[in-house]
Amino acid sequence: MDFQHSEDRQMLADTLRRYLADAAPVDARNRVAYGETGYSPEVWAGLGELGIAGALFGEDVGGFGGSGFDIMVVFEELGRALAVEPFLGTLMVGRALAIADAVPEGIVAGTTIAAFAHAEPQDRAPGEALATRAVRDGDGWSLTGAKAVVAQAEAADVLLVSAQTDAGMALFLVSKGAEGLAIHGYNTVDGGRAGEVRLNGVRVAAPVGGDAEAAIAAAEAAGLLALSAEALGAMDVAKTATIEYLQTRKQFGVPIGKFQALQHRIATVLLEVEQARSAVINAADAFGKPGVERALAAAKYTVGATGQLVAEEAIQLHGGIGMTWELPLSHYAKRLTMIDHQLGDQDEHLQRYIALGRAA
Amino acid sequence: MDLSFTPEEEAFRDEVRSFLKEKLPARLSNKVAHGLSLTRDDMVEWHAILNARGWLASHWPEQYGGPGWTVVQRSIFEDEMARANAPRIVPFGLSMLAPVLIKYGSEEQKQHYLPRILDGTDWWCQGYSEPGAGSDLASLKTSAVRDGDHYVVNGQKTWTTLGQFADWIFCLVRTDPTAKAQEGISFLLIDMKSQGIEVRPIVLLDGDAEVNEVFFTDVRVPVENLVGQENKGWTYAKYLLTYERTNIAGVGSSAAAFDRLRSVAGKITRGGKPLTDDPLFAARMARIEIDLANMATTNMRVVAAAAGGGAPGAESSMLKIKGTEIRQAITALSRRAYGAYAIPFIPEALEDGYNGEPVGPEDAGAAAPTYFNMRKLSIFGGSNEVQKNIISKMIVGL
Ligand SMILES: Cc1cc2nc3c(=O)[nH]c(=O)nc-3n(C[C@H](O)[C@H](O)[C@H](O)COP(=O)(O)OP(=O)(O)OC[C@H]3O[C@@H](n4cnc5c(N)ncnc54)[C@H](O)[C@@H]3O)c2cc1C
Repeated sequence: MDFQHSEDRQMLADTLRRYLADAAPVDARNRVAYGETGYSPEVWAGLGELGIAGALFGEDVGGFGGSGFDIMVVFEELGRALAVEPFLGTLMVGRALAIADAVPEGIVAGTTIAAFAHAEPQDRAPGEALATRAVRDGDGWSLTGAKAVVAQAEAADVLLVSAQTDAGMALFLVSKGAEGLAIHGYNTVDGGRAGEVRLNGVRVAAPVGGDAEAAIAAAEAAGLLALSAEALGAMDVAKTATIEYLQTRKQFGVPIGKFQALQHRIATVLLEVEQARSAVINAADAFGKPGVERALAAAKYTVGATGQLVAEEAIQLHGGIGMTWELPLSHYAKRLTMIDHQLGDQDEHLQRYIALGRAA
Repeated sequence: MDLSFTPEEEAFRDEVRSFLKEKLPARLSNKVAHGLSLTRDDMVEWHAILNARGWLASHWPEQYGGPGWTVVQRSIFEDEMARANAPRIVPFGLSMLAPVLIKYGSEEQKQHYLPRILDGTDWWCQGYSEPGAGSDLASLKTSAVRDGDHYVVNGQKTWTTLGQFADWIFCLVRTDPTAKAQEGISFLLIDMKSQGIEVRPIVLLDGDAEVNEVFFTDVRVPVENLVGQENKGWTYAKYLLTYERTNIAGVGSSAAAFDRLRSVAGKITRGGKPLTDDPLFAARMARIEIDLANMATTNMRVVAAAAGGGAPGAESSMLKIKGTEIRQAITALSRRAYGAYAIPFIPEALEDGYNGEPVGPEDAGAAAPTYFNMRKLSIFGGSNEVQKNIISKMIVGL
């Protein structure tokens, strides 16, 4: 057994950490995250040059990584820096398109911004069709419908849109500025931008090849691993910041870390973060293997529950200062909390875990 | 055992209800129900309506303009107000300063300040905490040095809630730097328009600017603004804190928030069924509901003891901890209910007169900011950790 990342991955992590610490410290990150674009085109370009996107894909589609541990390493570092650059879209869209061996070069190169547009404003019962429809229109297709809370929809060069056809679900690549594409964008609680996507008869030549259900499953699997690793990075920073605060903040003449009530609280945080790290390692290890779904459900459940614990405890142990915008910690707390709102929350994944266990 | 209210108390509840039905502007209760921001004018408007009925200062003695209610009546009133989604009464003048003035203030101070609190002439804020003095309030450093018939005040207060609206601030200041921490503190009333005061907003993590830093540089305060005796401020401050903790359980507002959660959870579906039919969501709701019903009775037990003449002491610490935990659990679950639609952040939509395009289900946009904002409940008014210290010392005797 060896729980060290390979040397290459360790180097990738170090490079990424150094770059982000330098190019996107939290105050600079906050300016763009809550600003008009929700990400920094400069940082995105810089990370593209470092080849971060390529690490998320296998050689078969032009990348140089693509394993569970590659994804873990990249997203853990993105989480540590609260990076808002749109790598989740890169990963999810790229992974979906890899099913049909059709990943555009720009996605792997980190130059094309891609958004995954699958979830819809209205709920769906299991097996129910998507509300977004694709119908034949001359020699092409026409898309009509709406997609909900699509991360970086406005900035995306391409959107991968799921839609119902007469023959089942299909995926379509829609380019930025396509006629009939309307995006209502907004900032998000934890920084970054997303949008409501409306498709009013958007014309597309053809669907993406391959099995759409399998492609969506591949995208979501990668997305769950990425979000879990991102949460891990963010919770590690929140934990460390809180430990430092306990050592330096004085009340009643002593550092507040001298109070045993708080020592036990931070001890619980610490051990739960280690548990979360194990959950992410389990999921990364299972990635691409049979049984990965259950490991992903376990990981997303774990980081959802632990993320809330860490966020709430970090704020509480800081006292009033923990509630301020100025303190980087509060933004970590928000990101940790909102990760539990992406791709299903802890309850959903707990139930998925139970169901997958029954099925096995 | 008899858990029922007397017929007189029930009649009183009806009276409060019909008053609220008639006089509480729908515009205001709507804002409260939907988690929208209240403006200064909103709060002033509601105070004036209550004052016109003689119900604004529910716990003041009648001679100063209170309604002369029993403890139980007060509790009924607060409960009904919250359930009707009435704006919270701004506590600083009415519930914090006034009791101190009534007990320890001079006759002139009572005659001057109390009517102005009632009619809204003066908006007060609380100047207790400092950057270095939070839980350890007695370590405060802001100094007041006597110079003829003035004190000269230097230092900094922080976390001053709604200080941006305030005409006056009541402050704990150090008047004897040589005495033991608690013994050199005085209670001073300071005009916010005085030379040398600067107010800077602190933005909270939800983007809200409800708290401030207040800086004092050679601020001259007339000696007649001292409340009670010099260096006895700690006694008055502690007395105020017990008032700050009345109605701390917030049963009514939690009940109102829970009702809204229940209605949202009945409407939002996930995987084809309403959240109320989702076993995990329903279990989370049920736990809160049970906890709330239990706390309502714990609260009434404390109220009944107080009505029987017992002073609520460390029991209010229990209510503070439980009340804030329940309220925070409700806001966490409300946030969870909206799924991905808790993510969009459109602060303008939480203000008056927004007519942009709505995103997601009704009220989704307020869920996450409210959740984050309500983290304050376990921090201020004596943090929940400090309350546990009080319980283990005062009740358990450890
Ligand atoms: C939104 C908001 C509004 C506020 N409004 C006002 C206002 O209007 N006026 C005003 O004067 N103040 C106000 N406060 C200040 C509030 O009273 C303080 O934040 C509170 O007293 C805690 O102090 P602190 O923030 O300095 O935290 P600290 O005292 O530094 O506490 C940090 C952590 O240590 C814990 N801790 C401290 N001592 C102990 C101990 N002995 N044992 C175990 N744990 C301990 C605390 O519980 C907390 O978890 C407000 C605060 C907030 C957040």
